[in-house]
Amino acid sequence: MNVPSEHLFFLSAGLFSLGVLGFLVRRNVIVTLMCVELMLNAANLAFLAASRMHSTPEALDVQGPVFSIFVITVAAAEAAVGLALVIALYRLKQSVESDSASEMKG
Amino acid sequence: MLPPPSHAWLWWIPLLPLIGSALCGALHLATLSARKRDPQAKGLAGLAPLIACAAMAGALALAVKGFLDLRALDAAARVLNSPAWEWITVGDPRQPWFDVDLRLVLDPLSSTLGLVITGVGLLIHIYASGYMKGDAGYAKFFAYLNLFVFAMLMLVLSSSLLGVFVGWEGVGLCSYLLIGFWYEKGWPAEAAQKAFITNRVGDACFLIGSFLLLRLFGTLDMHEIVARMGSDFRLDAIDENVKLNIALAALFLFGGCCGKSAQMPLFTWLPDAMAGPTPVSALIHAATMVTSGIYLVVRLNPLFASSPAVMTLISGVGVATALIGGSTALVQRDIKKVLAYSTVSQLGYMFLGLGTGAFGAAVFHLVTHAFFKALLFLGAGSVIHGMHEEQDMHKMGGLRKHMPQTFATFLAGAAALSGLPLMSGFFSKDEILAHTFNSGGVYYAFWIVGVLTAAMTAYYTWRMVALTFFGPERFDHHHVHPHESPAVMTVPLMVLAVLSVLGGVLGLPPVFHAAHALNDWLAPVVAPGVAILNQLHPHEHLSHATEWVLLGLGAAVALAFAHTGFRTYAAGPEPDLAIGRGAPGVAAFLGDAWSIDSAYSRVVILPLRVFAFVVRFIVDQVVIDGLVNGAGSLAKNLALRARGMASGQLDAYALWMGGGAAVISLWWMWS
Repeated sequence: MNVPSEHLFFLSAGLFSLGVLGFLVRRNVIVTLMCVELMLNAANLAFLAASRMHSTPEALDVQGPVFSIFVITVAAAEAAVGLALVIALYRLKQSVESDSASEMKG
Repeated sequence: MLPPPSHAWLWWIPLLPLIGSALCGALHLATLSARKRDPQAKGLAGLAPLIACAAMAGALALAVKGFLDLRALDAAARVLNSPAWEWITVGDPRQPWFDVDLRLVLDPLSSTLGLVITGVGLLIHIYASGYMKGDAGYAKFFAYLNLFVFAMLMLVLSSSLLGVFVGWEGVGLCSYLLIGFWYEKGWPAEAAQKAFITNRVGDACFLIGSFLLLRLFGTLDMHEIVARMGSDFRLDAIDENVKLNIALAALFLFGGCCGKSAQMPLFTWLPDAMAGPTPVSALIHAATMVTSGIYLVVRLNPLFASSPAVMTLISGVGVATALIGGSTALVQRDIKKVLAYSTVSQLGYMFLGLGTGAFGAAVFHLVTHAFFKALLFLGAGSVIHGMHEEQDMHKMGGLRKHMPQTFATFLAGAAALSGLPLMSGFFSKDEILAHTFNSGGVYYAFWIVGVLTAAMTAYYTWRMVALTFFGPERFDHHHVHPHESPAVMTVPLMVLAVLSVLGGVLGLPPVFHAAHALNDWLAPVVAPGVAILNQLHPHEHLSHATEWVLLGLGAAVALAFAHTGFRTYAAGPEPDLAIGRGAPGVAAFLGDAWSIDSAYSRVVILPLRVFAFVVRFIVDQVVIDGLVNGAGSLAKNLALRARGMASGQLDAYALWMGGGAAVISLWWMWS
């Protein structure tokens, strides 16, 4: 099966847009975090697609896969910190809605 | 070369009053803190006059010792140097391009002035211990008075112009402090500011003159400057440019003298300075401080002598001041104002003499004037004291019965001031007028004005005597009980009266075939200037016949106008009122000192006030405040608009962030 690389970019852009949309419209912080994960993975997909596009049978491009591994690492750390923040927010406000923490607004 | 510096004791002459001042100041502070606990407490303020008088007596004793030491020397070698204090050194210490050594020098001139300052000063200190008794600032008064004497002695003893300047500013400061001594009353504080500010104009001129001298001679040491005026700066050894610079330096220094010695056009502060206590008027504003300008000109006599135009200007300013002061004194009602304008007028005489090259005569008049004007002021103070602070002569009269000692001594002072024959003022004034007559040219006009002023002097002096001590008693007998002052005040009056009457023996005119003691004494100091003057335009000595005529004329004018003045006012102040009715314009013009004060108000003060108004209400309140407040309100308004961005909603932040990132990305792509 030979999928053209352009299609992978379209899929990546679609996933990223879904993430952005979810981030903007949802108030639940857990869903917001999930949307961030979705955007990061869309970026990973774009990295891999670009790597595939630039690879020839003689010389495989490794920068894209390496970068996506870095992103996965950071995403794991971010998920850990993010979920800890969600727990702290819940303890403080008995809610995981992002609007519940708006004391600092102008 | 200068004689070896070996007279460290000279430093004690100014230091004694300085120590006295510090002690009196400490006493004042102690009294103040004692008064905080108990408002009636006197503290130790009563000790202040003892300390101050002891300091003055010590200084006088040292000044006398210096005088005797000088007399023991040869005339040409009469200079005593103190060790120098290296004050300022700029550049390589071995060969500095600017250095000031503070050194005290006692020579015939500074010795004469030192004796007057400490002698008359001691008498006035003694008098003040009676006059100021009971004043809340008793100790403070003596602290200021001693500080003044210190500054004045620094002024006359210092060899460097910078040292003179320190004294010059010091006496100005003390004058300010003492004029405003009763500042709670309001107007003395204003008079003090007027004196200080007017003097600043002169002081600026003094500084410019010093800078010019420093550039010309590379030193500020006056004795060195005088010496070099006779060597490498001889008139035939310098070019026109240097001559012009010397004349400019002399001109600016004379401007400084105009401020300190109350000459046209800067004399207006002196009459207002009478707001101070009367001993202050006697010491500072008659006997000593106001004569420092005369001292400076005599000290730098070759400098002034080598610029004839400046000399003529000095005489002209002097004689104009004499005329304005004398004519204004004719119509004053305040006894101290009469004496103040008289002082202005007599200082004018001294400058008239200086301008003719009669340096010795000017110092002679300075000395006799210090005696009789201090006497008259102290006598007036005694009258004011006895009259319960009344100064208006129209409300006096007939006081000779109530205050016989004050009256007798006041008569001696009046006789000396008006130049009645054989009194001290007669000889000194006539010596100046004779020199003026002998100088010829424009000086004939000066001489005529001088004689006219002498007539006015005699007139207003005896008008004052008549209004104060003769005629009907015009005061309210229920409230005012004139009484003679205590001995502590009358004894100094008597000493000064003797000096005023006999002071003439210091300088008898040549026709008396006696030695002119003061001129002989000052000869080494004034010789360089006199030599230059003789070289520029040699003139004969007056013949004895001319001199007799001038002396006779002076005596006749003085007697005639003294008699007229006394006769006119012997019955009371009615003639004053008649002048006011008959010629109100003239009376107002003279009463206001030729309207010079109001001219200053219009020409100087009004524009300054307008300028200050513009600066305050437009430049400051509109422009500067507008900029500062505008910056603040700009930031505030911007913040008010921007606060909406921080809505507290996560998605809004994300939108701003994402939008910003998008804009930046687009911008990168396009460029």
